[in-house]
Amino acid sequence: MTFAIDDHTFVRQELHTPLPPPRRNIGVLGWMRENLFSSILNTLLTLFGLLLVVLILPPLVRFLILDAVWTGDNREACLAPGTGACWPFVKAKFGQFIYGFYPIDQRWRVNIVFALGAALLVPLLIPSIGQKRLNALLFFGAYPIVAFILLTGGNIDASAFLFQHFGLFSGLAGASVAGVKLAFWLDFLLTAGLVTGLGAVIGAALGDARGVARIVASVFLGLGIITLLWDIDFGLQPVETRQWGGLLVTLVIGVTGIVTSLPLGILLALGRRSKMPIVRLLCIIFIEFWRGVPLITVLFFATYMLPLFLPAGANPDGLLRALVGVALFTAAYMAEVVRGGLQAIPKGQYEGAMAMGLTWSQMMRLIILPQALTLVIPGIVNSFISLFKDTTLVLIVSIFDFLGQLRAAFTDPNWASPVTLYTGFAFAGIVYFIFCFGMSRYSMFVERRLNTSHRH
Amino acid sequence: MKRLLSTLALAGVFGLSAAGAQAAKLDQVKSKGFIQCGVSQGLPGFSTPDDKGNWTGLDVDFCRAVAAAIFDDPTKVKFTPLSAKDRFTALQSGDIDILSRNTTWTITRDTSLGLNFTGVTYYDGQGFMIRKDKKVNSALELSGASVCTQTGTTTEQNLADYFRANNMTYEVIAFATNDEVVKAYDAGRCDVLTTDRSGLAGERLKLTNPDDHIVLPEVISKEPLGPVVSHGDDQWFDIVKWVLFAQLNAEELGVSSKNLDEQAKSANPEIKRLLGSEGKFGEGMGLTNDWGYRIIKHVGNYAEMYDRNVGPDTPLKLARGTNALWNKGGLQYGMPIR
Repeated sequence: MTFAIDDHTFVRQELHTPLPPPRRNIGVLGWMRENLFSSILNTLLTLFGLLLVVLILPPLVRFLILDAVWTGDNREACLAPGTGACWPFVKAKFGQFIYGFYPIDQRWRVNIVFALGAALLVPLLIPSIGQKRLNALLFFGAYPIVAFILLTGGNIDASAFLFQHFGLFSGLAGASVAGVKLAFWLDFLLTAGLVTGLGAVIGAALGDARGVARIVASVFLGLGIITLLWDIDFGLQPVETRQWGGLLVTLVIGVTGIVTSLPLGILLALGRRSKMPIVRLLCIIFIEFWRGVPLITVLFFATYMLPLFLPAGANPDGLLRALVGVALFTAAYMAEVVRGGLQAIPKGQYEGAMAMGLTWSQMMRLIILPQALTLVIPGIVNSFISLFKDTTLVLIVSIFDFLGQLRAAFTDPNWASPVTLYTGFAFAGIVYFIFCFGMSRYSMFVERRLNTSHRH
Repeated sequence: MKRLLSTLALAGVFGLSAAGAQAAKLDQVKSKGFIQCGVSQGLPGFSTPDDKGNWTGLDVDFCRAVAAAIFDDPTKVKFTPLSAKDRFTALQSGDIDILSRNTTWTITRDTSLGLNFTGVTYYDGQGFMIRKDKKVNSALELSGASVCTQTGTTTEQNLADYFRANNMTYEVIAFATNDEVVKAYDAGRCDVLTTDRSGLAGERLKLTNPDDHIVLPEVISKEPLGPVVSHGDDQWFDIVKWVLFAQLNAEELGVSSKNLDEQAKSANPEIKRLLGSEGKFGEGMGLTNDWGYRIIKHVGNYAEMYDRNVGPDTPLKLARGTNALWNKGGLQYGMPIR
């Protein structure tokens, strides 16, 4: 018995090509149906949004571009009724917005600092460019030193270290080479030698004379190199920080605050979670103190109250005082953000690391902190952005940041007009937006790259 | 005192020699080579940065005049822009040498803050601005008006005093900053704008139609604005005081920066004494005898300083009024140099 196979049975070999989706589900129309008009509520919201755009956008464009005045020498240009933004005002004051009262013929130094900062920062931020270690070393190590010399003019005139206060080396008082005082450096070397020796003695008691001495000596070496570089007279005209202003000050405070507050914050957060009671207590006191006082109070105290307590000669620079205040203030906030990250790491991670025999610092460096920090990137960037905008508070201690410079420019009677105020604030808004939006976009990019949201 | 104590304490600790903890201000200024002058953070005509970033204004020029008297160089002055809140603290802490920041001379400030007012560089007073079409010609017709003003200033208090004294009602609409006040007034949120009359001139420039507004004739408060120094150094006080008197005397005698060299040859003994060719008045203050000559040469007399910053040729267009010399119907009076 045979089975006859019906050769004519039709077996389809390939899948039927799907029909195109209904026209109302594709293209612009479909996208709109899905995203803008998917329900009654969404439809209403869309219409409301459209209304807002129609209400806001045309007047904005008209004010900023179409009706704006682009040329002129003083307020007369911007007085015609119905004029929009008075851009010549921004043009005339642009130098002040960027550099403050920095001497005009010295502004190239600020430009170099800006360019150098960008040249070092951009490769640091782009993951595909190699040499990160060298780049970071240059940006965090060498750049601040160079920027300091360029911006202030260097030649800090280091004159008395330690023993000179007791009258030692007074015979060499006048001797100097290229702005560097010999007496100071003799004093420095003597002190370094003595302290290193002292370190060795203490180290011997602890059982490691050489190690301690080496650490002490390298601290002095680092300090010495930085001080020497700052002390040499490069022939740059000194520019006091009082003359700095505008975006320069905003960036100096913002960047310094950002760069110093993160490591300080991490240390404080670790300290607060430490099992050593004194360390923990000190960290808690520090954090709660700085979080408990407003930034304005900190700045005011640092600027006007501190000189009352310091001896007459010791009067640290005004900007420096504000910088320290801002850095410590932000560090306290940063500490709490980082602590949040540390607490989110499951206990198993700690136990696993300890089971592998890692020391505490290895555990933190290799296992815990990388995870904790990636978790709190949004919080960290949040702090950075708010710090960047809070820098504006330094105006109350007579440091003119970008916004302060803008407000001062408003009072120039040669540019007083009905639109000057709006123009200035529009310009400031654009500048701040560029910086803050840039930071937030970059943080989103980093988050995506590190894939912190635990999506699977 | 605290400062002195802490200085001594620290000096003791560090074994420093606390030589001259409170050296004379003039010597301090001479040795550091410049004057530190506190000005306002921006007030049209009084202190404001120009397009090149130089501070300009009446308050600023006065500090330059002091620098000219001491150093023969009006650029030897550094400016600290101060807010109203911290101006006195800055002076008390020694952060600045002179406060020249449209500060009203009042008894509280002069006596209880440890400060000395050296004179009056500008006689100001609070006034009212109103739209012309309201057809009001006197502040006494303002009953029931809404008034725009800045919060937390003496302006608000003067306003209350004036309306109460004249049995009138009013409504205050107050804002934190001057710019907001002007915008609110311009938008018609209130009938009247009140602040110092020099301020009104500046605010007027920011209005959409400045010509539609008038300043009422009444001046409801006395605001004598002048430079301030701290207690404890009478020589410094004298110098700052006499710089202004020299400028006023120069105007009275017709000596200006333009005709200075002709006038220096004048036989008029008053001019000779002012410019230092007769007498030793500069040395009495620790300066050189040509201190007056230096001031006029670099900064000019009072009229020049006034006209350059707030006078009729500037956007502010302020008439001399009470700031005219005493012999021209005003209040400015330079004490005699002899």
